[in-house]
Order: sequence, then C-alpha cells, then structure tokens
Amino acid sequence: MKGQVLAIVLIIVSGVSTYVMFLSTMDSLTLTRDAFYREYGFADAFVSLKRAPESIKKRIEEIPGVQAVETRVVAEVKLKVRDFGEPVTGRLVSLPERGEPRINRLYLRNGRLPDPSREDEAVVSEAFAEAHGLEPGDEAGAVINGRWRRLRIVGVALSPEFVMQVRPGALSPDYKRYAIVWMGRKAIATAYGMDGAFNDAVIEMTQGARAHELMARLDGLLARYGGLGSYLREDQLSHRFLNEEFKQLERSATIFPAIFIGVAAFLLNVVITRIVSTQRDQLAALKAFGYSNAAVGAHYVKMVMLIVAVGVIGGVLLGWWFGGKLAGIYMVFYRFPYLKMTLGPGVVISVALITGLSALAGAIFAVRRAAVLAPAEALRPEPPARYSRSLIERFSLGKALSQPTRMIIRSLERRPLKSLLSITGISMSCAILISGMFSGDSIDYLIDVQFKRSQKEDMSVTFIEPSSWKALYELQGMEGVRKSEPLRAVPVRLRNANSSYRTSIQGIDPSNTMQKLLDSSLEPVDIPPRGIVLTDYLGEMLGVRPGDMLTVEVLEGARPVALLPVAGLVKQYIGISGYMDIDSLNRLTGEGRAITGSLLAIDRERIGAIYKKMIDMPAVAGTAVRADEIKNFYDTQAEVLLFFTFIATLLASTIAFGVIYNSARIALSERNRELASLRVLGYTKAEISYIFLGELAVLTLASLPLGFVLGHSISAYIAGALSSDLYRVPLVIKTDTYAFAAAVVLASAVVSGLIVRYRLGRLDLVEALKARE
Amino acid sequence: MANEAVFSIKGLTKVYRMGEVSVHALRGVDLDLYDGELVVFLGPSGSGKSTLLNIMGGLDTATEGHVSYRGKDLTRAGEAELTGYRRFHVGFVFQFYNLIPSLTAKENVAVVTEIASKPMRPEDALSIVGLGGRLDHFPAQLSGGEQQRVAIARAISKNPDVLLCDEPTGALDSETGIVVLEALERINRELHTTTAIITHNSDIAAMADRVVHLSNGQITEVATNSVKKPPREIHW
Ligand SMILES: Nc1ncnc2c1ncn2[C@@H]1O[C@H](COP(=O)(O)OP(=O)(O)OP(=O)(O)O)[C@@H](O)[C@H]1O
Ligand SMILES: [Mg+2]
Repeated sequence: MKGQVLAIVLIIVSGVSTYVMFLSTMDSLTLTRDAFYREYGFADAFVSLKRAPESIKKRIEEIPGVQAVETRVVAEVKLKVRDFGEPVTGRLVSLPERGEPRINRLYLRNGRLPDPSREDEAVVSEAFAEAHGLEPGDEAGAVINGRWRRLRIVGVALSPEFVMQVRPGALSPDYKRYAIVWMGRKAIATAYGMDGAFNDAVIEMTQGARAHELMARLDGLLARYGGLGSYLREDQLSHRFLNEEFKQLERSATIFPAIFIGVAAFLLNVVITRIVSTQRDQLAALKAFGYSNAAVGAHYVKMVMLIVAVGVIGGVLLGWWFGGKLAGIYMVFYRFPYLKMTLGPGVVISVALITGLSALAGAIFAVRRAAVLAPAEALRPEPPARYSRSLIERFSLGKALSQPTRMIIRSLERRPLKSLLSITGISMSCAILISGMFSGDSIDYLIDVQFKRSQKEDMSVTFIEPSSWKALYELQGMEGVRKSEPLRAVPVRLRNANSSYRTSIQGIDPSNTMQKLLDSSLEPVDIPPRGIVLTDYLGEMLGVRPGDMLTVEVLEGARPVALLPVAGLVKQYIGISGYMDIDSLNRLTGEGRAITGSLLAIDRERIGAIYKKMIDMPAVAGTAVRADEIKNFYDTQAEVLLFFTFIATLLASTIAFGVIYNSARIALSERNRELASLRVLGYTKAEISYIFLGELAVLTLASLPLGFVLGHSISAYIAGALSSDLYRVPLVIKTDTYAFAAAVVLASAVVSGLIVRYRLGRLDLVEALKARE
Repeated sequence: MANEAVFSIKGLTKVYRMGEVSVHALRGVDLDLYDGELVVFLGPSGSGKSTLLNIMGGLDTATEGHVSYRGKDLTRAGEAELTGYRRFHVGFVFQFYNLIPSLTAKENVAVVTEIASKPMRPEDALSIVGLGGRLDHFPAQLSGGEQQRVAIARAISKNPDVLLCDEPTGALDSETGIVVLEALERINRELHTTTAIITHNSDIAAMADRVVHLSNGQITEVATNSVKKPPREIHW
C-alpha cells in the first residue's frame, strides 16, 4: 500500500505542479508587466514623423483624449563597443532637457540620467550593458548622423517601451548586437538638426478616450510634417512581441496543465477505484461487523482526501518553485526591472477541486460498487471468476502456448476494461512526453526551412535610409563579398474590410538568388511582376485570398495609398510580411530604384575585415549574420525549451512510473495467491516473474503505438495553438522523440518491474495456502 | 520397515516470533518416514501439523533441528535448492486446492507436467482421479470435490517421490472426501508414493500404515495399523 500511495501522491504532485507552474508564471508575468507599465507610464499611442516644430506639441495636447504628450528625437545609430568586432545597431532616444520623461520613464538600474549640459553622456539599455559588461564610466563609440562620437555611459536603464528588445526584422532578441541608447535632447537634436523640433511623440490618453478619433486627428495634424501614421500599444513593437509571447504562454498555460491535470485526475480515479476493489474483503468484513455503508465509505473518502491533500500541497509548493524558475527564465527575454511573483487563490482552489473531485469520484464509485453487495457476497472473490479460452488461443496458436503464457493472455482478456485502462494511462504518459518535446523538433525544422530554403544569404546589411543601387555595387566591390543582392523594405499598413496589419513589404528582385519565396509545399516560387504576395498566416488574418484586392498604405515618404491585387500566398514559419517585385514596389512608393539594404554572400574567413569596413560605412545601420542569428535564436530559445522539455519529461516520467507501478502493484495484490501457489508447485522466481511481468510488458508495449498516436494529436493541437505573428510552429516529430518517449515509458516499466519482482521474491508461500480465495 | 528412511526428522523446532511473544509451533520433533508408506498426522488445531508438513515440503524453514530428504538436509538447503526439490520430488495437496482459476483442469495439471522431469500426461493424471471427462472445465465450473481431485491429479502428475496433503478433505463433505481419499490411497498403492496426510478426523487414520499424533508441537504417539481399512469403508 505504501508504495502505491506514494505513486498516487506523485501523480497528483506532477499534475498539480505543472498546473500551478504555468498559471503562476503567467499570472506573475502579467502582473509584472502591468505594474511596470503603470509605474513607469508606458505610452498609449505612438507616432513617428519627419520633423515638426516643437510648437506642434501644444496642438497635440489639445486633441480630445490626450492626457499628456512627450516629444522626442529618435534615430538609428551604429555603435562600436570596445573589442567587439561587429557593428551594433542602436536606437537613440532623447530624454527631456529637464527632469524625467513623463511618459515611458526609465527605471535606472545603475548610475544616473545624462547631464543636459553634457553632449556625450548616455544611458544604455540593461540587456545590452550586460551582454558587453558595460558599466557607468565605460565608453562606447557611435556614428551619430554620419559622424563618429565618443559616448560616456553614465547609467544603465530599463524602459516599458523596450521590454522586448528585438531589432526590427530580427527573429529573436540579440542583446549583443542591438542597443537602446538614451541621451539628452539637446545633444541629439544638435547632431540631427532637430533644434526646436521633434520626430517622434508618445502620448498618454485620458480614461475613456476614443483612440481612433484621436489617432485620426493626430495623423491629420502631422500629415504636413511627414507623419508616418500613429499607432496604439497593440502595434508597438515591444508590446506586440510581448503580447504574442504572452498569448503563447497563456495557451501553453491552458493546454499543458489541462492535459496534465486531466491525465492525473483520470489515473487517480482509476488507481483508487482499483485499490478499493482489491480491498473488498476488508470492506465486507467491516460491514459484517455492522458498519453502515456510509461509515465504510467515509473511511475511504477520508483516506483518499488525505492522499489528495498531501499531493495538492506538495504540488502547489513544487509548482510555485518551478514557476519561479520558469518566470526567471522568461525574465531574461523580457527586460522587466523586477518580477512580481503571484499565486492567485483561484489557481490553488481550482486545482484542489479538480484533483479532489476526481479522486473522490473514483473512491465513491469503487466503494459503492463494493458496498451494494451483501457482506457474504463481498467476502467471496470478485466476479467474474469465469475464464474462457482466449481469442488468441482460438486462432490455433493455442497448442504452442505454455501454461504461464496462457495465464498472461487470459488474465488480459478476462478483464478487457482493466487492461484498456492501464493501456490508456500508460499511453497518455507517453503522449505527454511527446507533446512536451516535439517543439524542439519543430524549431529545428522551422530554422531549416527559413534559413536553408528561404533566406540563403550569409549576411544582411541594412542602410540608415533608402539609398540608390550604387550602394549595392560598393558592397559588391568589397573584399570578401562574393555577391550582393538588393533588399528593399517599406513600412506599410495593410487593410481589408475591418482588419488591418502593420508590417513591411519586401521588394524582391526576380533575379535574386538568396531570398526565395516558398509555396505551400515549400518549393521556391518566383515573385509575380504585379500585385502583392502575402505570408499565408497574414492572408488568413486579413481574410484575403489570391485574386482579392488589398489596400496598402505606405508609411513613409509621400505615404501613397494603393489598392493591389493579392497575387499569391507563401509559406513562411517566421514573421509576417508582404512581398512585391522590387520595381513594382518602387513604383508604388514613387522613390525610384531605391534599396534599404542588401543580402550578401561572403567568404567567412574575411568576416573580420568586412565588419571593419561596415563599421566605417556611414550609410550602413547594421548587419546581421545568418549563422549568428540562428545561433542566437537557439541560445535564447534553448533555455526555455530545455526547461519545458525537462519539466515535461520529469512529470510525464513520474506519471508513467506512477501508472505502471500502480498497475503492477495492484496486479500483484490480485494475483498474489496464484503466484504463491505456483511457487509452491516448484516454479522458480524467474518463472513466476515471467507470468507477472509478461502481463506488464504486454500492456506497456501495447500502449506505445497508442501513445504515439495520442502524442501526435496533442502535439498537432499545441502546434496550432502556439502559432502567432512571430512564428508558426510546424508539426514535426522526429523519430528520436518517439524513441525517447518510448524509452522513458519502458524504463518506468522496467523499474516498476524490478521493484515488483523484488516483492515477488519475498512472497509468503505458507500464507497463500491458508487464505481462502 | 527395513526400508531406507525417505524423511529423517531430528529435533525439529519451529518458533514464530512476533515481537515480545514467541509461539513454539514445534518443540523437538523426531520422526522417520519410509518409502512407500502412508502416514496420517492427527492432532488438535494449532498442534503444529501444518508447520511440520510445510517444513518437510520445503515451504518453510526450521528454527532448530534437521529434516533430511533421502540424505539431503532440507534445513540447510538454499532457496533455489528448495525450489528444485519441490519441483521434482514433492506433490502437494491443500485444503483450499490452490488451483489457478484462469486455467482449465487439464491446464492446471499441465502447469506441473510442463516443468517436471518424468511426468505423466495430464489426461492420464486426471483419469486416475476420475475426471477424464472434465478436462476442459475451469475451476469455477467444478464442484469442491472435483477441484480437490484436480489438485490431486496435479500433485501426482509429476510422479512425485512424496505426496504431502494438508487436510485434503477439510473442505469437503464425507462422501466427496471419501472419493478423494480413495484417489490418494490408490496412488499410494499403485505408484508406491510415500504419502503424508494431515487431518483432524481420527476416522481417516484407519487407512494409514502409521498414525502420528501431535499435540502442542510434540509427537505424543506413533501408532502402526496392522490392518489398513480402505477408504470406502470409513464413515464420519
Ligand atoms: N505465520 C505464523 N506466525 C505466528 N504463528 C504461527 C504462524 N503459523 C502458525 N503459527 C502458530 O503455530 C502453531 C502451529 O500452527 P499450525 O498451523 O502448524 O497448526 P495446525 O496443527 O496445522 O492447526 P490446524 O489444524 O488448525 O490447521 C499455532 O499455534 C499457530 O498459531
Ligand atoms: Mg493446519
């Protein structure tokens, strides 16, 4: 009994801790985000523009619904850090002359804000500072408006505006190569010729403000000043990434715990039903002594509730601890200054209810079944004691079977429901293992598709502003560069009926060899000369199909608006974009043959020299090396993934072990006498182990295929649920994953088998002869 | 009794210790059993009959003293040796039959014949006990007496050297009990299997070569029957 109770407690602990871990992480991160946003005044609306005089600020403040406005000068910079040989892309954001900004305040981790009278003082983002070991007092080089400047770092800070510091276009945060730099307004304004002017504004809205009206007015006001279209939080880069991440996390926080707690509850129910059934005779004896059904039932209910209480408390504590760890891992991605861990009473109550009720249901069901019998009847062995020749034996095989084998088969066939339940339990734990691990396989596949078939360049270069094709030839001529192809990205808002989406359109030169669009079967397709091609996911979001018309609002330059036919949908796992023929895109924007960057094929050995040149090229805003991006993606994902896999494996193994061990123990108590009788007749320990473990082995092996199928379905569901703007998870499960899941299940079976075998070795032979069946 | 002793029991003591209390189930039993004889053990409940038989059958260990089977000391034998001893030499019959419910009568016998060295055919063993026509019935489809006869068929099917029966008729009415005893008697007579039968019933003692009386863990009397009564002439 002790071992079985322990196994049940483990099952409960596993289920409950997963549930608590996910939900507490989710709640804590949400709480942390909301607190940070509130305490540091995260803006409600954002707008960028070419250049507007500071006097316009007043006009913005007068728009109904505007509570406060902060005007800023924002620019792209290129940084050089000590001995880090690669250019670092930076976003330069001005701080007000006096005091702190009212909106998007900085959380200073270290040091102080820049002195307005000093032109070289800067505060840098914490993630970047950490990645390079920078501290107040250190220096960094920066190309500000084409001129080299030496910056003195005076502070390290975090901002609600840059919780997720992802460089536009990158697939994961890269803290080494992307920085946020805050400097005094005057210093930046002077460098960019923005004295008495601004090119960026953030807005706090009043309670109940009409956001869309406000934006329309704002856009109207700023149109003359090259306004690029205002947007709300939901389109703000950091917030959107965070939102998508949270959405995914929330879905995981629903699916995984639901599966775990569901499986745990189910197993609990089965195990308790079976344990109570094996205690029929004790139950009957109690009744024979005059205990009422209710009294007998209460005894079991108390016992079950005690087990559940221990499991739930253990699970909540463990889950809380896991939750802290998981949230800690997320904190590396999400640059919050602090983490507010929380565990809602609702989480604890709901998990206690789910677990308690399912255990109770099992106990009551079993007790009832035993209790309705008259005591005398219950004292007799459990029906049906009728065996028959099994199906398998009827298929002629019969003659070749030894008696022990017959015993295995008949025992399995006599109670198909029991066998089925065991199989279901074991296969579910197998399925959980697969669904906890498949994401690793999917990500490998996703990376492979994205970078081997679609984005085949070695390095991509982005320019500070749209440039002419001459820049391309310049790059082409650079030592170490084998080939250079044009890149053109135009920020747009795409609209269809009521849905709209802010993204960019990539201009593709039909002769490009390094950037390929893929059709639904992942075969390369050419870019059509006319119309726009969309990522399939985007097409779905906007509700358009090939042949439909789509409104494209360009968010730069003259901001033309056009109605374009959707020429096709392309498969893409990472990001969301529109694609057009580069010439037709340039015709749309009316800017001639402009490019915003370039894709390069390079000699890897010359990369140092290439970086050196790039750092010195004023037009270059930044570089991204494909290999580094992949590595960085894995580095940032790996930790979360490893943690996930670790937890899933741990818990699923526990569950697998709990189920198998319990099945084995229950079977042992049911067959104790039979096996002892065989020992009396001269069967060796090994021979009776065969009968007993053989049954376990058959059940385990039968569970694997079912587990694979179940695991595949659950994974498919999870993959679908995890799809977001950031990336879609293809359903790919490698053979290794199946093999590993099978290995864990088999190992659990082997360990359970060994424990039970040890007990088999200590069967009391004499005892078995006394007891009446 | 010029025969070689099959069992030679010397100073056999068995003490069950349960915490502070210790129960002396056997207190120095000396006894020899000879080839081919049929011995009945009589005695009140708790006198140590089952304990003695279980030690002779290699199912239990002695606290002190020795039991040797054909010169081999069972009290010194290891687990594997005892298993081998039970497997190849001993046939057991118990009060509660201990049949495998998932196997038919024939298969229950085959359980033993499959692992024995010189077995009979299961069908033959069942014919000896008069169940040749019930080969394919499961235990649940047989009466108590029939089940006990299956157990006897199982015990004799390996052609054992000794047959140890612990209250084989304990759960049966007298008529059925007699059928079972007849089967045992016939095997003893025809196959010369050394047979030990435990019973509460002194009437049964009439069918034995010798009757061993036990009381309080000791042998109080060993009586030799000059005339053996066939079971069918016994009534109780
Ligand atoms: N496993 C055990 N633990 C403790 N005491 C035991 C155990 N088995 C038997 N005894 C004790 O040893 C003594 C002899 O028991 P045994 O079973 O040999 O008696 P028996 O003569 O077969 O009685 P019965 O006719 O009732 O079957 C009894 O007092 C019994 O209580
Ligand atoms: Mg007894």
